[in-house]
Amino acid sequence: MAHLSPETQEKIRDLKDKFPARRSAVLPSLHYAQAELGYLDDATLAEVAALLEVPQSMTTEVVSFYTMFDRQRRGKYKLEVCRNLSCALMGAKQLTQYLEKKLGVELGGTTSDGKFTLLETECLGACGYAPMMMVGPYFYEDLTRDKVDAIVGALAEDRDPPIRPAGFLEMDGETPKPIAKSSSASGEIRERLAVSKGKP
Amino acid sequence: MRVTTMHIDLPRSFTLKVAEENGVYASLKKALTQHKPDEIIQIVKASGLRGRGGAGFPAGGKWSFVPKTIPKPRYVVCNADESEPGTFKDRIILERDPHLLIEGCVLAAYAVESHQVYIYIRGEYGLSIQRVSDAVREAYKAGYLGKNILGSGFDCDLTVYAGAGAYICGEETGLLDSLEGKRGHPRLKPPFPAVVGLYGCPTVINNVETLASVPVILEKGAEWFASTGVKNASGPRIFAVSGHVNKPGLYELEMGKVTLRELIEDHCGGMRNGRKVKGVIPGGASTPFLNADELDVTLDFDAIQAKGSFMGSTAVIVMDETTCMVHAALILTRFFAHESCGQCTPCREGTHWAETILERFEHGGARKEDMDILLDIAAEMGGGRTICALADGAIGPIRSTIQKWQGDYESHVPGGCPQKGSLCEVSW
Repeated sequence: MAHLSPETQEKIRDLKDKFPARRSAVLPSLHYAQAELGYLDDATLAEVAALLEVPQSMTTEVVSFYTMFDRQRRGKYKLEVCRNLSCALMGAKQLTQYLEKKLGVELGGTTSDGKFTLLETECLGACGYAPMMMVGPYFYEDLTRDKVDAIVGALAEDRDPPIRPAGFLEMDGETPKPIAKSSSASGEIRERLAVSKGKP
Repeated sequence: MRVTTMHIDLPRSFTLKVAEENGVYASLKKALTQHKPDEIIQIVKASGLRGRGGAGFPAGGKWSFVPKTIPKPRYVVCNADESEPGTFKDRIILERDPHLLIEGCVLAAYAVESHQVYIYIRGEYGLSIQRVSDAVREAYKAGYLGKNILGSGFDCDLTVYAGAGAYICGEETGLLDSLEGKRGHPRLKPPFPAVVGLYGCPTVINNVETLASVPVILEKGAEWFASTGVKNASGPRIFAVSGHVNKPGLYELEMGKVTLRELIEDHCGGMRNGRKVKGVIPGGASTPFLNADELDVTLDFDAIQAKGSFMGSTAVIVMDETTCMVHAALILTRFFAHESCGQCTPCREGTHWAETILERFEHGGARKEDMDILLDIAAEMGGGRTICALADGAIGPIRSTIQKWQGDYESHVPGGCPQKGSLCEVSW
């Protein structure tokens, strides 16, 4: 059963002959698929392989290797806290414990409203600005309790955090892309939740 | 001395307009009109530029190994899979000076007569991917990429490729496998990528900071670059300092002119809360720890190596006297166990068992002889028993913490960590 949108299917087909070897299109295609659906189930892996006209083993073997690919449904917002040494020296564990308490979930868990999934990651390259977490494509750094409250509070209401993500300096006058979403991706996830669990 | 971080403080430094106003692409113009490709290789060789990713291999040497007579395409790959714990230096170039990197990439391509560059950026670097991709589009429009670049007759395409979360893809052959759409499994060498690389073709692979250093060499000359820094370590490097210092961050400094102590005290404003240094990792998680008696080492390849560690990726992690070194070793070992690709038994099993034993120190149940078992495991993992250097890197933290802070380990026997496993006293 096809479940990628025609737009995403088109994007994936466009990648087919973009590289000297067809297989190089697998990773970017899976990124596209996950951006739309939120995670990659067996049917999606089969669909992506079919669109690229490669064996399904080629999509399956990479999703089990790379940590950014999710095999299961996650919350609308993934909060990924770096746990490596530089962040640990600056309170990463305390940050994680605070988030566990605040959200009422254990590490790896998703809140019952499907909004947040709390995860730990390895080093994300923000070591001088620790502790930090990644939300969607952006980093939030030098985190304090106040900042975390502001970020989580805004996302809980599907508003963008009042704090600029890392790299967006005031002098540049650039606005980050919205991460609080009513986008098709999260819409899709909620729709599926409705089907399988009977509630939004 | 700033070379690759020269423009980062300028507003909108990532746009073509600001980049051009500040001289980016001038070296490319000069090179395409004044130099033959082989001359560029000679210039970079003479400059003494060594790789900024971790291994420190001479960049010009790498380029000269690429055979130009094999009737196959040649590729240039930029390694922007920055993921060595402690390292956050390439990110500033990707986010704030992507045009400088593109200029370096095209210069490398011109030198080895390649017509296709890939920039492989770790997937988590969302803003980097965005900024580099935008810059690539601008560069195509302005004629710095594509067909007949600046009217020179030289063609070069550039593709940005996003990784998907795997430390091992920073290992150059693991990266090539990943770029080919596979699991990032490092390859046996030889053959080296210069001869058999991406898609089986001759390939040059360089780190972001390395490629971003090339334009200034062409601008100011090889002799100038070679005259900076010290013997075997020319030019500046970006030191990425994290941990218990007052001003963590990025410091681009000439190699060999500053000691570790000066970096901490003069540049980073000293230690937080007036505490003393207990240990420092000088070049990222794979490099052995130095202790408080070793801070007068100058920051260059040979001096740090003489202390039994490595310059690595110049990621300096500073730990104060409150830090539990067993816990530090556990965090890094858990990382290596998580990131081992699993091809080689000594690495796959060794990192796992070392983590298990360190957990025992942490949570209770460790015996004194476990230190010897850890050293034994380390000995069996390292020294060329594996395809890539991950295992050799993984033994650094284990061995050096046992050698230098045996007391920390002893205090964990048998009841677990006296500090209850926390590295930080900040309460939330």
